[in-house]
Amino acid sequence: MSSEGPSVSMFAAFSWQFVRHAKTLINSPADVANPLLFFFMVITLFPLGLGPDPERLAAMAPGILWVVALLASLMVSSKLFASDFEDGSLEQLALAPYPLPILALGEIAAHWLATGGLLSLVSPIFGIMLGLPTQGLATLMFSLLLGSICLTLIGAVGSALTVSIRRGGLLLSLLIIPLNVPVLIFGTAAVNEAVIGGNAVSWLALLGGLALGALALMPIAIGAALRVSLDN
Amino acid sequence: MYFDSLSSLWHMDGHGIYVWVSYGVTALLLAAMVRLPISRFHRHWEWVKSEQLRRVSAEPTGAVDGQKD
Amino acid sequence: MGSPPWFFRFSGRLVRWLLPLTVALLLVGAFWGLLVAPPDFRQGNSYRIIYIHVPAAVVALAGYYVMALAGAVSLIWRIKMADVTMRAAAPVGAVLTAIALVTGAVWGKPTWGTWWVWDARITSMLLLFFLYLGVVALFEAYENKTAAARACAVLSLIGTVNIPIIYKSVDWWYSLHQPASIKFTGESAIDSSMLYPLLLMIGAFYCLFALTVLLNMRAELLWRHRDSAWVQQLIGDA
Repeated sequence: MSSEGPSVSMFAAFSWQFVRHAKTLINSPADVANPLLFFFMVITLFPLGLGPDPERLAAMAPGILWVVALLASLMVSSKLFASDFEDGSLEQLALAPYPLPILALGEIAAHWLATGGLLSLVSPIFGIMLGLPTQGLATLMFSLLLGSICLTLIGAVGSALTVSIRRGGLLLSLLIIPLNVPVLIFGTAAVNEAVIGGNAVSWLALLGGLALGALALMPIAIGAALRVSLDN
Repeated sequence: MYFDSLSSLWHMDGHGIYVWVSYGVTALLLAAMVRLPISRFHRHWEWVKSEQLRRVSAEPTGAVDGQKD
Repeated sequence: MGSPPWFFRFSGRLVRWLLPLTVALLLVGAFWGLLVAPPDFRQGNSYRIIYIHVPAAVVALAGYYVMALAGAVSLIWRIKMADVTMRAAAPVGAVLTAIALVTGAVWGKPTWGTWWVWDARITSMLLLFFLYLGVVALFEAYENKTAAARACAVLSLIGTVNIPIIYKSVDWWYSLHQPASIKFTGESAIDSSMLYPLLLMIGAFYCLFALTVLLNMRAELLWRHRDSAWVQQLIGDA
């Protein structure tokens, strides 16, 4: 594993994990493209299911975009610690002289950039497809950027808890969905507020608060959950 | 007592079915919820007891691992 | 305090009077709420469902905290009794949440005309139900039951931190989207003739929760320690 001694800083440990997983993701573009494709296809289902009336779609757009983002996040979360668990490197990481939460965060950060972060950046395109008014597009992107941090972290806890279970994906969804609800509510509130011309900053601030809180608290839970999964 | 007859108690001015279904379903669920651990307890108790008796009855034959004959 | 034989004796004595007390409180409360309390000015007699719905909801929410607290104790101090308590509390909370949901739905029909209304309270209850189901499902999914208990402890602790956030956000969500045509009146000032039976029923449901958790724990402990000397002696002497 690492030939560096314990004098290496936490940041270096974090970066090592980050770079390692970023490389894996870059080398398998399918893993990055799939969630985007999923998002694209599911967004397409809504006009087909609800009818093409532009006013109705526009009214529902914030909710639709956010729910599909949530589903995409669920979908990728199950992959989060799976490969490390299966090939035994998770066990090695748990034994390493670095805090497991920090190491997990490195992987989560790389994962987020490729999934939630990327999705947020391209979300305005899908917003336009559903007729979201222009004044809502920037807020859509920012709300998803902040919200996806929360969703990824919550998804990471779920994944850490279920990685040792066969077909844990469904259980993962059950565990995570209630926890995701506040993010969904704040996110859609922000976009809706922007669409009617109001100031979405307070909602974005709430999302930011959730993101900071999640960054502070979730890694500890993730570390504990990973150790529990290793014991299963 | 608000209700003056059994029939008015049953009907509750048209809302009877809602009230009685709620109370009835709840009563059943709660009774089951309390009954289940009690019967589980008895089952475990009886199991240990029968294991004890089985071991006692196996002893006189001098069987080391309690085989029944 | 944490020793199984001590707990067994203590809980046995406790249950012996808690069971009749709970039944008595439930019957008195139900009788009072169904027959003695006057009907509501706006809702008529259907409001009597409140005497089940609110106590079930209140105790279901409190129960989650009890479960999470037991999980925390088991996680931090590795006290085995605490994880038995956590496992005992989970299904009770789930059943009470289900009762709150069903009675809420049945109450909704005569009050608002539909079987299901997405108001803040019921939606929060539904999410609480999912949280409970998650804990139960997680325990069943793990093969190693010691690890399972720890996983559930972690999960319920996360749930605990999130419950206030969830409830608050659902509250805001509801007020953002409140349909103008239907006015859902909040808990307006409640008359004392209706309040007292409600308080009694809440007390009754708390007793019911404690009773069921103790019963679940006793059954679990008896099985877990069936080969131990104290169990063998307890049953052999009986």
